[in-house]
Amino acid sequence: MTQPDAAYKARDVTGYADVPAETKEHLFEQVKADPRYADYLYGCYECGICVAVCPSARFYDFSPRRIAQAAAREDVDLIYQQMQEDIWECSQCFSCVRCPRGNNPGGIITIMREVAINNGLASAKEALVGYSRIIYKIMSTGTQVSPDMLQQDAFPDWGPETADVSANLDLWRRALPPETLHTTSTGWKVADSTLIELYLIWLHTGALDMISGVDPSLHAILQEVMEERLEEEGIEP
Amino acid sequence: MTTIPVEALLRKKEHFERGADRRALEDPRAELLALEAQGELVVQKMDREAMAMTTKYGREKRIQKSHLWHHKSCGQCGHIPGYSTSIFWVMRKLGYDYHDPQDQTSCTAWNYYASATSNAAAQAAVAVRNFAAAEQTGYFPLIHCGTSYGHYKEVREELIRHPELRAEVRGIMARLGKQLVLPEEIIHYSEWFFALRHEIAAKQVRDVSNVVVTVHPACHYYKLVEGDALYDPEIYGGQRTAVVTGLAQALGAEVRSYSTWFDCCGFGFRHILVQRDFTRSFATLRKIEVMKEEADPDVVLTHDTGCVTTLDKSQFAAKAHDRNVGVAVLSDAQFAALAMGAHPYKVCQLHWHSADYRPLLEKMGIDHEQAWAEFQADIKRLESGEKRYLDWDDVDS
Ligand code: SF4
Ligand code: SF4
Repeated sequence: MTQPDAAYKARDVTGYADVPAETKEHLFEQVKADPRYADYLYGCYECGICVAVCPSARFYDFSPRRIAQAAAREDVDLIYQQMQEDIWECSQCFSCVRCPRGNNPGGIITIMREVAINNGLASAKEALVGYSRIIYKIMSTGTQVSPDMLQQDAFPDWGPETADVSANLDLWRRALPPETLHTTSTGWKVADSTLIELYLIWLHTGALDMISGVDPSLHAILQEVMEERLEEEGIEP
Repeated sequence: MTTIPVEALLRKKEHFERGADRRALEDPRAELLALEAQGELVVQKMDREAMAMTTKYGREKRIQKSHLWHHKSCGQCGHIPGYSTSIFWVMRKLGYDYHDPQDQTSCTAWNYYASATSNAAAQAAVAVRNFAAAEQTGYFPLIHCGTSYGHYKEVREELIRHPELRAEVRGIMARLGKQLVLPEEIIHYSEWFFALRHEIAAKQVRDVSNVVVTVHPACHYYKLVEGDALYDPEIYGGQRTAVVTGLAQALGAEVRSYSTWFDCCGFGFRHILVQRDFTRSFATLRKIEVMKEEADPDVVLTHDTGCVTTLDKSQFAAKAHDRNVGVAVLSDAQFAALAMGAHPYKVCQLHWHSADYRPLLEKMGIDHEQAWAEFQADIKRLESGEKRYLDWDDVDS
């Protein structure tokens, strides 16, 4: 039986180009192929407990129940739409694992996001706008946020204390008693040998290549940084 | 009437059958030891005195007291360094040795939950690399960040369940000259503080009995792989995690409840960085304002990087809109350190916080103006070149 498209599924409200059914099926196949998928979905009662505890459902047109439902019904149209519209609203808090069926809607979303990144979906590109410098930081330095990120223009809503921190950064870092914390451009001092091991992990697990489709210039920069460093050490990447 | 063949129904249902091997792991430690016996991985064991605690479903979880490898948190070290410093300071005061490694990376899970620019194998390899580095030193890992802790427990489940992932990670580790190592328990620092709460209270020098506390339990501490978090029948009747609350109570503070305790803080991983309107709204409307209305706390205590950041930093903009906000936000470690006599600036580094903590310090009998002057005097020593860095002797002088 063909179902009439619900209003929320209508193409003209999605803002994203439609793709052939095979493409949608192919994307969903990739989601299902993730070994974690079977641990995250056991069907759905439609009870809505996950929605009741979901922070993102309170502020966005977003629902973990819809995610679990679409996956359980293998509704590839809706799943494609969710990959373009919904998945980046999730807060990844995992409150939804309270699900009485044992589902993990947040975990399904993590996998859907990975597939969206791997396939360079428009939503993934959009989600990474303004976020690239964070990826650069974590992949190249081994720590995600650094003291020197605390600039008032980046965090104007965090109050005047942010300006105090950035004005006194060097002194305040040197006033920290643990020796590892005197850094300003990384969270702590990461050993060089450790960083090289991290680069090898990014290269050998394909994590670095994942960003080539969504942010080719960031990918090129990171690849150069890593390969140069490995070459200096005489290590085959 | 159409008859639906039973086989067709069963075939549909098959998709959702939950095999015995797909249920939540009841005893991950036992699974690890079994895999070690098969030569699949190496388990780092505790080799110092440990306290026996109880997890959500009654499994015993031991917490090693000393000789710990501090797996730091990038958000704590980078933006709220008094969080990390307080953990170290309390451990020093109790006389327990530790190692603060440079051979440690972030768990990288903040980025993973924000941008998904990684995959299961990379995340597992990052975790195992850190665990292998800890094992090489002989110190037992203690995880500072709630997200690292939750994520590492997820990684442990994945490695236990999926032999092909183990094989991939073993291969990557071999290239690094390391083995696939996991510790026998994954321990969060707030579990250590909970386990040692009576030793901490025995060293208390500041009275906090007039301080009202609300607790925000961190999602990634007790929702991710939830069976492994600590519970205690004496605390909330065993219906909420016992960490943080148990410590605050042992110190004599009054812990008050509020209706949205189960809600997350609003951090959102990507939201805190690139969609902060959501974070600010959720943190203030669903957490701080509800706490203020229902419990009127002097301080919100929590035990994760993202939660301290979110609940602390989100109040400034809400204040500009005359919302009912304005409450200090501290980690349990900072609160315990203050109760044990730590300096509010030299140790707890409260000048990195945004929400006003001064009324709390006054309630605790701390002269914050004098304390700030003392900190400034130390800063002068750095400026004059008398010293390049402050060290542990300086903060206790
Ligand atoms: S993980 Fe995502 S879907 Fe689940 S409760 Fe949190 S925000 Fe909602
Ligand atoms: S809580 Fe579980 S069973 Fe209930 S609607 Fe959500 S996913 Fe479905």
